[in-house]
Amino acid sequence: MEFRPILSALMRSKVALVLIGLQIALTLAIVSNALFIINQRIENMGRASGMNEADTFMISSLGFGAGYDVKNAYAEDLATLRGMPGVANAAPILTVPMSQSGWSEGISLTTTQQNSDVGVAMYFIDEQGLDTYGLKLVGGRNFTADEITHRDVRSTSWPNIVMITKALGERLWPGQNAVGKQFYLDQEKPPLTVIGVVDRLIMPWPNISNRSGDKNAYEFSMMVPQMVPFGLQTRYLVRAEPGRVTELVKAVEAKLAQTNTSRIVREARTLTEIRAECYRSDRAMLIILIAVIVALLSITALGIVGMASFWVTQRTKQIGTRRALGATRGNILRYFLTENFVITTIGLALGAVLTYGVNLWLMQAYSAQRLPVLYLVGGMIALWLLGQLAVFGPATRASRVPPAVATRSV
Amino acid sequence: MFSYYLQLGFHSLKRNPVLTLLMVLGIAIGIGASMTSLTVFHVMGSDPIPWKSDKLHYVQMDSWDPNRAYDDDDQSMPPDQVTYRDAVALIEAGKADRQAVMYKVAWPVQPENRDIKPFQSLGRATSGDFFALFDTPFEYGNGWDRAQDKEHARVVVLARETNEKLFGGQNSVGKRVRLNDVEYSVVGVLKEWKPKIKYYDLTNGSFSDPEEFFVPFNTAIELKTPAAGNNNCWKNSAEGWEGYLESECIWLQMWVELENATRTAEYHSFLDNYVAEQKKLGRFPRPVNNRLPDVNQWMKDNRVVSRDVEIQLGLSFAFLVVCLVNTIGLLLAKFMRKTGEIGLRRALGASKPQLFMQHIVESGVIGISGGLIGLLLTWLGLMAVRGLYDYFDSVARLDWPMVLATIGLSIVASILAGLYPTWRACQIAPAAQLKTQ
Repeated sequence: MEFRPILSALMRSKVALVLIGLQIALTLAIVSNALFIINQRIENMGRASGMNEADTFMISSLGFGAGYDVKNAYAEDLATLRGMPGVANAAPILTVPMSQSGWSEGISLTTTQQNSDVGVAMYFIDEQGLDTYGLKLVGGRNFTADEITHRDVRSTSWPNIVMITKALGERLWPGQNAVGKQFYLDQEKPPLTVIGVVDRLIMPWPNISNRSGDKNAYEFSMMVPQMVPFGLQTRYLVRAEPGRVTELVKAVEAKLAQTNTSRIVREARTLTEIRAECYRSDRAMLIILIAVIVALLSITALGIVGMASFWVTQRTKQIGTRRALGATRGNILRYFLTENFVITTIGLALGAVLTYGVNLWLMQAYSAQRLPVLYLVGGMIALWLLGQLAVFGPATRASRVPPAVATRSV
Repeated sequence: MFSYYLQLGFHSLKRNPVLTLLMVLGIAIGIGASMTSLTVFHVMGSDPIPWKSDKLHYVQMDSWDPNRAYDDDDQSMPPDQVTYRDAVALIEAGKADRQAVMYKVAWPVQPENRDIKPFQSLGRATSGDFFALFDTPFEYGNGWDRAQDKEHARVVVLARETNEKLFGGQNSVGKRVRLNDVEYSVVGVLKEWKPKIKYYDLTNGSFSDPEEFFVPFNTAIELKTPAAGNNNCWKNSAEGWEGYLESECIWLQMWVELENATRTAEYHSFLDNYVAEQKKLGRFPRPVNNRLPDVNQWMKDNRVVSRDVEIQLGLSFAFLVVCLVNTIGLLLAKFMRKTGEIGLRRALGASKPQLFMQHIVESGVIGISGGLIGLLLTWLGLMAVRGLYDYFDSVARLDWPMVLATIGLSIVASILAGLYPTWRACQIAPAAQLKTQ
């Protein structure tokens, strides 16, 4: 190929080479790192919660007045909710996945263990909880109605049975069946026995930073057979029959307010809304990064078009001369395409270094992960294509310069 | 001379409208992106109470688990809240110029007026010093005093909106308000008070709105009001509310006002002594680690400016550099095309400095136009950011310093970008260019 003349021509306009090369290098560094962040966010946002999100919503009731009885409220409200048309099931709850608020505890396997390193999210439910959340039982059994107790928020004792998620069981007793196993929440009190295992139920805070290195730590959840009011506040999860969740939110709100007037019914939120809110900043980052990538690629492409047009104009006379000396249109076209390829490649070589420089900064300052080489290669291919596409227009224009130009003085 | 150069600049820019548009848009997009993220960064990180932020100190004591640091990510960081026992001891000692313990409560408000439905309201149970500590502006009345703190007075300070809702914005001092079935007498009503960052309680959302009412801390404790904010325990506590108050659970925020560095040092050693005393009682099993960060330090510790915002800032400025490199290339192309004209001007007697000025002015014109469009893009960008992050409503807004910075940045950037192409243009030898004409 005609590399030599291209190189010697490039060496004569080093500045232009540096400018385009620098632009391509920076673009590569930003685009590949941004793509990596985007992909991680998408992965994050795509994680299933393990529950039925499409048909469920939660709702809270805050009672007031000396005569307000929380236990009564639970019984009445649950009867009301379960009796409403369109309601598939309802259960008393403390929290739901992704809502960012809830209760966590540390688990110890022995009474002597000094340091509990397994943090777990607590879900307080009754015997209908499993069905209302829409969880899949993969081992053992569900709670029965007579096992459900009322808990004072300040109480320090625990019931003796719980259900846990598969991931938590796998963490505590790798490779074994968790059903029947025991652990401690309070080492001075009796242990808790696992009676059931559910396939999956993520924590209310799925974005926790995870230093222990266990990538399933956000799935460490436990279900406790208790109803826990917060002061005079009770909270319920309602599962609607498919497709009726929107209409039911309003109906349930109105119904609860009407059955007992000495309370405030509030916080009716569907799981779809809760999910959107939980991942709002991930989604925002995603959109911002995509916008940056699009803008960056456009600017770089326009820059290449601008510079290439300038070169074509500057070299009109040489092009004419080459044509007059027998070069075909294809030769001229190929010359400019190859020239762009050479510049882009030089830029990309610098860009590869810069890319890992940016990645290193992200790793040190923000404990990001190392960039897989795939992103770098993908970014490079994209920029090679972009360069060729951008230069194609000016190169075609160059190939149309008539040989007669050589004979004119300007 | 300047206006002549300006005229020449405009004339030259009009000759290649497409190239000019490319340059202006390039700068505008770069400026728009970087100023959008810079504004968010600047407002988020800006001092919410500049006149006394260095005098306000958050109190941190390491009362945590001997086997495990409070913060996994930063082991040297003591817990971000204090226990009830410690808060009460520090308030009673009264060693600071002003001191306030506080926590968030959620109570139903039951209006006398039956037409207004009861509603849930978020309030803050705190010490009487709170209002002077944070210079909250009062519309009517005042806060309560330390004596009322001691006697668990049933008094309340209402935020402006709450007073609007309950009393139609009238002076309600002396009137009664029913909260969670207990009657309080209104002692004060705040003016509009909405710090952009809720710096006085960063443990419950840095961008939340301030509370709707304020009541004495001891009153809320007497009524066994649980915290509506974060609560963390490392040790199991005894049964019931009394057991909870005696426990090692942390759920209170504490601020002190200290006039100067000497007072701060004194307070710090007071804290150290306090912890040493407590260690004798078997508490505070970890090494002594007390901190008194001021407002700005506390905001940094809590990452009020999030990682994403910092990454966005870095990315957007890298993006601006790409836009500038792009502009340099295009300007170079443009000036090199004018070699004939430059040669002619040189031959007619224009000196190099004059030519230099002329072309720098031309770059400046591009900069100003890019800056103005960039300002518009920044405004649009901030609107988009507000839509993307709902809680950024107060921080993603342009202020005058940022408008000026935007225009300034674009002029500086475009002149910087213009320097090299201009210098190249001035190197043109007149004779060589005129010959071929």
